[in-house]
Amino acid sequence: MSPDRSRTLRDAVGLGLAVGLYGVAFGAAADAAGLDVWQALTLSALMFTGASQFALVGVLGAGGSAPAAVGSALLLGTRNTVYAVRMAPLLAPRGLLRRAGAAHWVIDETTAMAVAAPSRELGRLAFWATGATIYLGWNAMTLVGVLGASGLGAPAEAALDSVVPAAFLALLWPRLRRGSREAGAQRRVAAGGAVVALALTPFVPPGVQVVAAVVAVALAGRPRRAEQPA
Amino acid sequence: MTGTTLWAAVLVASAGCYLLKLAGLSVPASWVEQPWVARFVDFVPAGLLAALVVVQALTTGDRIVVDGRLAGLAVAALALALRAPFIVVLLLAGAAGALVHVVSG
Repeated sequence: MSPDRSRTLRDAVGLGLAVGLYGVAFGAAADAAGLDVWQALTLSALMFTGASQFALVGVLGAGGSAPAAVGSALLLGTRNTVYAVRMAPLLAPRGLLRRAGAAHWVIDETTAMAVAAPSRELGRLAFWATGATIYLGWNAMTLVGVLGASGLGAPAEAALDSVVPAAFLALLWPRLRRGSREAGAQRRVAAGGAVVALALTPFVPPGVQVVAAVVAVALAGRPRRAEQPA
Repeated sequence: MTGTTLWAAVLVASAGCYLLKLAGLSVPASWVEQPWVARFVDFVPAGLLAALVVVQALTTGDRIVVDGRLAGLAVAALALALRAPFIVVLLLAGAAGALVHVVSG
């Protein structure tokens, strides 16, 4: 194997293992939200997009309704559509079956690895290797998390309660960091989303405030003439 | 919420998230590359994730509650600022939350 190929494979598997481990946190969060083992496993196997999975169980865990939970998962899922558009020429999946298979693994990490690869061939390798590693790890660790979480004592439950918001913060953080695209605007949107959600909490059914936070997005995202590219 | 409702939410959301991915591989790029779509998709995660952070850290039902979760969140923010790996951030946040629970009884 060429050095380029083995380096790509090593990076992909390394990232996949690190992200896969994080499935523990999802399994635990799903359990805390009242999902059973099969529901948690179904989410990891079929939904397979971490932030949306966390959003679904996060809203359910806060006592939110099923439509609010589904809505927040779908809103976070929209970015995968854009990733898939970017990945289509690179993956160029032939036939319905291959396209259907490739689509399932289009997530943040596989897109990032594929786009960063130096050539199209290595990009494909990175996509499939990262996808396979994360898929296996994520599902296995979801099982560990959901089984390990049941039957914990009160301090462990308190720990778990603290892990879930921290997980969302860890997902949010890279978007706010200096140097990320439009970091200033991202911070304003994040602050707006947080304020809207907190302010609405006493007045709306649980979960609705999360979806309503998208109002802040709509306001911030309104195209401004000065920022329009020529 | 009944088990059936929960299963419906799990399956509907899973199918929807999958179709969102599949749509991206199937639609012409020009449809999705509208500036307003691109901006919306760029900003949805920040708004929603921030909302989920505060709801998970500071609310219980329809009330705003300050407890160990906030300490966990503060520790997580510090760890993230110091570029700690994902899993370390989660472990530290969990430890902080448990500590506050034990100390405050």
